[in-house]
Amino acid sequence: MSVSGTRFPGSVADAGALLAAGGYVADQGLATTVHLALAMQRPLFLEGEPGTGKTEIARVLSAGLGRPLVRLQCYDGLDLSAAAYEWDAAKQLMAIRLAEGGKPPDIYAREYLRERPLLAAISGPPSVLLIDELDRADEPFEAFLLELLGDFQLTIPELGTIRAVTPPVVIITSNRTREVHDAIRRRCLYQWVDYPDAARERAILALRAPGVSAKLSAQVVAFVQKVRGGDYFKLPGVAETIDWANALNALDATELEPAAVDSTLGVLLKYQDDIAKLRGAEAARLVDEARSAA
Amino acid sequence: MREAGLALLAKRGGGAIGVNLLAFARLLRRAGLPIGAGEVMAATQALTFIDLGEKRQVQAALRAVLVNRHEHTELFDSAFAIFWRDPEAGRHAAAMALLDGLKPEEKQRPGGRRLADAMARDRPPPPAPEQPPPQPVDAALSVSERERLQAMDFEAMSAVEIAFARAEIRKLHLPLDERRTRRLRPSGGGQVDLRATLRRSLRTGGEIVTLARRRRITRPPPLVAICDISGSMARYAQVLLHFLHAVTNDRDRVATFLFGTRLTNITRQLKHRDAEASFEMIAHLVPDWSGGTRIGEALERFNHDWGRRVLGQGAVVLLITDGLDRDGAAGLAEATERLQRSCRRLIWLNPLLRFDGFQPKSQGIRAMLPHVHEFRPVHNLNSLRALIEALSGRTR
Repeated sequence: MSVSGTRFPGSVADAGALLAAGGYVADQGLATTVHLALAMQRPLFLEGEPGTGKTEIARVLSAGLGRPLVRLQCYDGLDLSAAAYEWDAAKQLMAIRLAEGGKPPDIYAREYLRERPLLAAISGPPSVLLIDELDRADEPFEAFLLELLGDFQLTIPELGTIRAVTPPVVIITSNRTREVHDAIRRRCLYQWVDYPDAARERAILALRAPGVSAKLSAQVVAFVQKVRGGDYFKLPGVAETIDWANALNALDATELEPAAVDSTLGVLLKYQDDIAKLRGAEAARLVDEARSAA
Repeated sequence: MREAGLALLAKRGGGAIGVNLLAFARLLRRAGLPIGAGEVMAATQALTFIDLGEKRQVQAALRAVLVNRHEHTELFDSAFAIFWRDPEAGRHAAAMALLDGLKPEEKQRPGGRRLADAMARDRPPPPAPEQPPPQPVDAALSVSERERLQAMDFEAMSAVEIAFARAEIRKLHLPLDERRTRRLRPSGGGQVDLRATLRRSLRTGGEIVTLARRRRITRPPPLVAICDISGSMARYAQVLLHFLHAVTNDRDRVATFLFGTRLTNITRQLKHRDAEASFEMIAHLVPDWSGGTRIGEALERFNHDWGRRVLGQGAVVLLITDGLDRDGAAGLAEATERLQRSCRRLIWLNPLLRFDGFQPKSQGIRAMLPHVHEFRPVHNLNSLRALIEALSGRTR
């Protein structure tokens, strides 16, 4: 299966290597699903808590495959004219006025069509299409996506159907703030992106926060893993771990100290209730455990 | 050592793989996963792209294709482990019992029966579902009788009167205050829609004769009902479930949870058009009908597990409970406050409020009261009507 740009990986191991080359440490399940999504030309639906690196997968694939990344950030009220295409009414009106009296112009030619991300992804060169945080869009928008996800084509009533010459690699992410409809799920390969285990998180830190010493990294990871075991409203994601390791490093910490932890908790936890619960004695206890575990 | 499942899956030729996949799909279906022919075909295709000798690859590949909800992952993994050990497992009662134990609907069946029993208790032979109650009952009610029933406490009603109340409830519609969305639709007034205007102009030879317009759609916000089904609330919950069933089928984006000592999401079950069928399903699901109450814990569970998933887009929350808490209101104030801050409007419906001299004396009520936007009675048809009127008023 050759495409312009880099070839798709030929096996699960190759897919894992492709992700690793882009600085993404994937587990076996994720590497398999990515490989299948590419090989079977199916959209990839990634669901998981915020900060587990779902969006990053699209970035890494785009870089690794040498394809441009077309990103569509979803929001409530997102509609076709912002997501797929829009007729350039001003230009059409101008064309009508210029042709005044003469032969009426074809105002539904391609030149009057403004491309938005979805159309750009199928009409342009082979790309990686990232539909980010689909759960933020409202349900009517999901229906717009069905044709694109099923057949990699878009039908514009005035113009006809535009089909992708090379299907884009489609990545959809969701933070699960609402359930995405079954019709979308059925057209995709599904992967739940979980918090990484300690070994994988250390590997991620080594790649993404290279300035942090191995000792501090190991303790940070042990601490965060313990926090994830606790009953907090919003658990820290990988993104928070990386930020926190960098923050501690910037404060010249060489290993975890209760005082430094207390003053930087805002990097790790984003709700006041959670911070209040962890600060002080609980944090000191976890620091002790993390230092002896790491 | 090659295990049995691997040996069969890896056997040369598509035949063995196909047969095994079908058997595996049957096993998953029996375990409650929605798997159709499309999924099986995709699975066959997926297996051609991976190394069949690698158990973890096979598992990950099949999971990517056959599972599309996180809730089903655990079930899939268990089924896969069983099948991998023994592809004939589908025929073995022991293996199936193991899977049945994981099956969400089957959980806690004996306890769950209580809801069905409770629903059936002192009820006349049920009228056919989706039909008004038998005419004689209706005709027997004079105007004054109807008025009496409108104001009658659900708790004091006889089975016949409850049937009347249910029929009345089915007629209620809940037109919650509409929210303006960012979506537009054609309309007589509003802003000019250039795309539609130009298209219309083609009919008149490129001359723009009329302007097409569009305006924003308004749409009711999502509704989340969290209903107490403990002993003290049992009688009300019975009637209110009918109300919630009617509401769920009347509008979109309704999520419903029941709690006594633990929280159960019954949204999917309530979506069944037939009220009796949906209560039957709920009966199998809810383990704690007419038991004790742990409101604080239930709300904490809700905030933690569901809050972010169902409270988006400006949801209105109906919290239906009498506030009598077995745990002495442990954690209740915090949980209620968190809930209030996560939704647009938190309305507490309390049947105890019917008493004129109601004083918030119980610990639970005192803990919750400062954190709700509204506090309303819900004990008879009139109060339900008043609730609906309040909900349809424009606020915020």
